[in-house]
Amino acid sequence: MKNFLSSRWGIIATGAVIGIIAVSLQKLGNPANMGICVACFERDIAGALGLHHAAIVQYIRPEIAGFVLGSFIIALFTKEYQPRAGSSTIIRFFLGVFAMIGALVFLGCPWRALLRLSGGDWNAITGLAGLITGIAVGVIFLKNGFSLGRSYRLRKSAGWVFPALMVALVIMVAVGFRVSETGPLFYSVKGPGSQHAWIPYSLAAGLFIGAIAQRSRFCTMGSLRDIILARDFHLVSGVLAMVVAATALNFLYGQFKPGFANQPVAHTVHLWNFGGMALSGLAFALAGGCPGRQLILSGEGDSDAAVFVVGMIVGAGVSHNFLMASSPAGTGAFGPAATIIGIVFCLIIGFTMREKVS
Amino acid sequence: MSEKIDARGLSCPQPVVLTQQAIKKGLTEFQVLVDTVVSKENVLRCVEKNKLAGSAAADGETFIISVSKK
Repeated sequence: MKNFLSSRWGIIATGAVIGIIAVSLQKLGNPANMGICVACFERDIAGALGLHHAAIVQYIRPEIAGFVLGSFIIALFTKEYQPRAGSSTIIRFFLGVFAMIGALVFLGCPWRALLRLSGGDWNAITGLAGLITGIAVGVIFLKNGFSLGRSYRLRKSAGWVFPALMVALVIMVAVGFRVSETGPLFYSVKGPGSQHAWIPYSLAAGLFIGAIAQRSRFCTMGSLRDIILARDFHLVSGVLAMVVAATALNFLYGQFKPGFANQPVAHTVHLWNFGGMALSGLAFALAGGCPGRQLILSGEGDSDAAVFVVGMIVGAGVSHNFLMASSPAGTGAFGPAATIIGIVFCLIIGFTMREKVS
Repeated sequence: MSEKIDARGLSCPQPVVLTQQAIKKGLTEFQVLVDTVVSKENVLRCVEKNKLAGSAAADGETFIISVSKK
């Protein structure tokens, strides 16, 4: 069967549909310029589980579970479901942790950076410049033989673990689960965590995007990496379609508000918007995918990608608990220091994990 | 016997990087082994871009991509 979505027009259609769904989710209740943000939503999940106590960002986001499950279901159908693991697991975990720390300094993953841009938030430009810089450094490592090593086939059941966890999370949020009056799951009553679309809408959007992203291999980091690495503009055509579609719809809904100041869930500290995304970009490049792509890969049975995702969720907990995450007021007390530590960590990994492959 | 590049189990984009390096070395006849559909698509796209011909055959869980001159 020819896979239309992996063609040039297929990736463009995927990007456009993601842009439309993301902006529509904002209309349906998700936070402004945050129709979909993999990093923010994983951070909200961390909060809902009690891994951090930032009361305004706690909610189990069904979109995240939808991405994994949509990819899982379509991969089963197309026989691309393939459990695998064993490629530098602990390093991938910490790449996930630092990727999240960087994303929370900027306040968004690459998907949200694009959505912020589409909403007129010009701070996204410094963030995207940082992202490109981080990816470019990652490409230098890749060209010099950087490798986290091979993964190996696992038994079929190994790939079910992560999707099963996602099912559990959806059920818990759908029934409003709490262990006690005061404790997890936590649900924000104000702030971004309290703003969300109706659960069935969120889940359906996630499932659909998960499925088409799996078929099209949509990846924001990969789109920029492929240009730098191989002058390959395939993936970026999808990313550009996402920005065009989201911008157009933002205009239509009257959600396009250009400027730097007073943008929703954003700050104007340019240096660290740049720095945070540079850290994330480098970590994504070394791990082989943007946070959205890591969710899709997890659904396909890639346990190493699932570990990266777990690293991001833990990273969100660490980020908020240790005052690294930014807020609209600016960077957190230890955000800049953590960003530098993260970049040093990624550089050490980049320099040391090299294979001489003949 | 043409050269064989074993890119099985390597994460994105290493199969493409290895293919690119082989092409840069001047190789025009070689095989690339990968084990995911995504890697297969990526390597084939890279081969096409470099004006070589590529064809993939499945061998169990492995895809063998044979690269040759057009």
